[in-house]
Amino acid sequence: MSASAQAHHDGPPADYLSESTVKSWLLTTDHKRVGILYLISVTIFFIAGGVLAGLMRLELMTPRGDVLGSPDTYNRMFTMHGVIMIFFFLVPAIPSVLGNFLLPLMIGARDLAFPKINLLSWYVYMVGGIMGVWILMHGGIDTGWTFYTPFSSMYSNSMVLTAAVAVFITGFSSILTGLNFIVTVHTMRAPGMTWFRMPLFVWSHYATALIMVLATPVLAISIVLVGLEKFFGVGVFDPRLGGDPVLFQHLFWFYSHPAVYIMVLPGFAVISEIIPCFARRPIFGYRFVAFASVAIAIFGFLVWGHHMFVSGQSMYAGAVFSILSFLVAIPSAIKVFNWTATLYKGSLSFDTPMLYALGFMGLFTIGGLTGLMLASLALDVHVHDTYFVVAHFHYIMVGGTVMAYLGGIHFWWPKISGRTYPEIWGKLSALLVFVGFNLTFFPQFLLGYLGMPRRYFEYRPEFQVLNVMSTAGATVLAVGMLMPMIYLGLSLRQPKNAGDNPWGATGLEWQIESPPTTHNFHEPVLVTCEPYLYSPEEAEREYAHAQHVHSA
Amino acid sequence: MWDFPLLPDQASVNAPKLDALMLFELGVVVFFTLMIGLLVLAFCVRFRRGNPVDRSHPPTHSKAMEVVWIGVPLILSLIMFVWSTRLFFDLYEAPPDAAQIDVVGKQWMWYLQHPQGRSETNELHVPLGRPMKLNMTSQDVLHSFYIPAFRIKQDVLPGRYTSLWFEPTKVGVYNLFCAEYCGTNHSVMIGKVHVMEPADYEHWLTEKGSGPSQAEEGERLFVQNHCAGCHRGSQIVHAPRLEGVYGKPVPIQNGNNVEFATADYLYIRDSILDPKKQVVAGYEPIMPSFKDQISEPDLLKIIEYIKSISNANATPETAQ
Repeated sequence: MSASAQAHHDGPPADYLSESTVKSWLLTTDHKRVGILYLISVTIFFIAGGVLAGLMRLELMTPRGDVLGSPDTYNRMFTMHGVIMIFFFLVPAIPSVLGNFLLPLMIGARDLAFPKINLLSWYVYMVGGIMGVWILMHGGIDTGWTFYTPFSSMYSNSMVLTAAVAVFITGFSSILTGLNFIVTVHTMRAPGMTWFRMPLFVWSHYATALIMVLATPVLAISIVLVGLEKFFGVGVFDPRLGGDPVLFQHLFWFYSHPAVYIMVLPGFAVISEIIPCFARRPIFGYRFVAFASVAIAIFGFLVWGHHMFVSGQSMYAGAVFSILSFLVAIPSAIKVFNWTATLYKGSLSFDTPMLYALGFMGLFTIGGLTGLMLASLALDVHVHDTYFVVAHFHYIMVGGTVMAYLGGIHFWWPKISGRTYPEIWGKLSALLVFVGFNLTFFPQFLLGYLGMPRRYFEYRPEFQVLNVMSTAGATVLAVGMLMPMIYLGLSLRQPKNAGDNPWGATGLEWQIESPPTTHNFHEPVLVTCEPYLYSPEEAEREYAHAQHVHSA
Repeated sequence: MWDFPLLPDQASVNAPKLDALMLFELGVVVFFTLMIGLLVLAFCVRFRRGNPVDRSHPPTHSKAMEVVWIGVPLILSLIMFVWSTRLFFDLYEAPPDAAQIDVVGKQWMWYLQHPQGRSETNELHVPLGRPMKLNMTSQDVLHSFYIPAFRIKQDVLPGRYTSLWFEPTKVGVYNLFCAEYCGTNHSVMIGKVHVMEPADYEHWLTEKGSGPSQAEEGERLFVQNHCAGCHRGSQIVHAPRLEGVYGKPVPIQNGNNVEFATADYLYIRDSILDPKKQVVAGYEPIMPSFKDQISEPDLLKIIEYIKSISNANATPETAQ
């Protein structure tokens, strides 16, 4: 391949997985091993959050609250579902698993800039996560993941503060990861790896890291203020103490809106790698896609008020946040159009990662476009806090982030584990996830427009049909999501058979062994060309040749 | 049980306007989704590996195309923005002749007061074809007043007054939901809105005999809580008279400066609960606080009374 990263084989090199003692894992500073630690942990949290989601959908099969029995149980469930999925799965999933594993490989570095801080970030994350699980075991919280005051600070009788501390701690893990990525991208690039020779994966993670470092502290500040109010009666948010409940929402969304981009920008990162590889051609409009990531990161800080159109903030503030929210849709549109154009004149093959990527494009397009309806002030008044919003953000965060995450895991699984997986099961899982997802969440758009509010334990009987459809879809979705855990897990039992570059991809990470050795590259890397040097005509010739050999 | 509506009832002046905008945006969404979807499908079929087509010189970038697909969404976005923002501003600018209903949300019920005195819980009766303005506050946490058939929603906040208006256009019974998560029984904080023929509404108002109006009830509370002793021109205690004060600027002593505050709902409420916060210039800060002594619905009644004696600018809202 074009990049001059050659592996010298002086006897079989020890790969990063070969040392297997517990101590070697828990004290590792290898970015790849830290990535694996995260992979195991986020998978466990994903299962926990998914089980809660399943129980909720089961409850919502009937308009009466007759499955879980008490509204408090249900309220605690949707809160923990939100907290776990957002803070312990969606935010860390792609950056901490794939980002940690791939970022140094993609820029030709030996490791991240601060390997020990990288390990520390995992420990910090685990402390927060274990606190979260502990809360779940000891009654849980019922405030919703948004912790709106004064309910959370004055009225809720659940473990709000413990949960807030868990989120606070986890936030530091996010800040540390972001910091590490920024410094790594600035200082660790191999000679010749200029900014415009970086893979788009790196661009997206760079933009994500900027948001992590700049927005997460605001969440920490808000949580500290809630604690001060609850324990010392400092009047910040409760009007009875002279505070302002809307202030909390401003602070909260100043973190949590950019956080949506922390979740989905890494998804863009994955898709921008998969599509050129399986279309066998350079990405269309590389610079536009790169700058769109940065534009999304910047605009993402200016739109928090669109969560508050009916909160009692000024109408004029609403108008400003509305127009800014429309503008943030533009860089997302740029990406979708460029990915579509990348398919043109390509030599397309439809392996599992590509199916996930195409599914991502469909779901993200629907999720993004329905965002326009929510950015429209008058429409938002009607659909705000209904299932329309639930459907919209699940299309973005599950349809976008989770599809991209699964696509990425399949794409880099041969590199990470050195093993292949059964392609037929992979394709089936992509199909089931896509179909199950739409069956689950599309009816929720209708439910929302009909007026069913979110966070309802019981509901009006006229909403039942759509809820039953949604629950049925969730079953299909659950099967689709469980399958990769099984067949990828089973693939670990077979010998390392993947080969260094099973997809014929051009990134630096594919020029070394699978799985990589501990020190990644055997000799200094020199980058002399741009990324995505694929040729569709070349791919066709190879394909024809293979067919010919096969038939001969 | 198994009926299957796809659109909610359209029962207010606002509803068809909003649905028209929704239809337009839905058109945009469907168009772009189909366009992306069909392009992706077409490319997937045509350029699948092994299909003999021309793949020479795949374009790597095109400024012109980028400009088009930045420009078109931008223009469509601006159209949506202007259209929806105009509707939004209409939604919060009540016509001057709107009748006012006071709303108090609390865990977990809606308390509604008609100006003529009748109050109700989780039921709201309104006349067909008359604009109604809601003046809302909460006794505890955040709630959100939501009537899907009218396409309106507004958060209800403790310590603040928010408002909303609507004009019903169809007789019937509609859902009233709490849309902001407010604790254990959030999902049963549900009410019914009854849109009635105006004559039926008038009859309903006096069904239980014509009791005291909001303002009359407020006057009773005004006396009962000993407000009258100071604020009704007694020479013994030095307190400002309240006639004509509603809606007017009031001079406030702030250090050595005098600032002006408008005597609106929030100002009067604050003056009752936290009287030392904004003391009227020329008066001693001697009024005691009535915090935790007067309920939110009673506060609203007292404010209605003070409003009713603002003879200079009797607003049509109370002149029902």
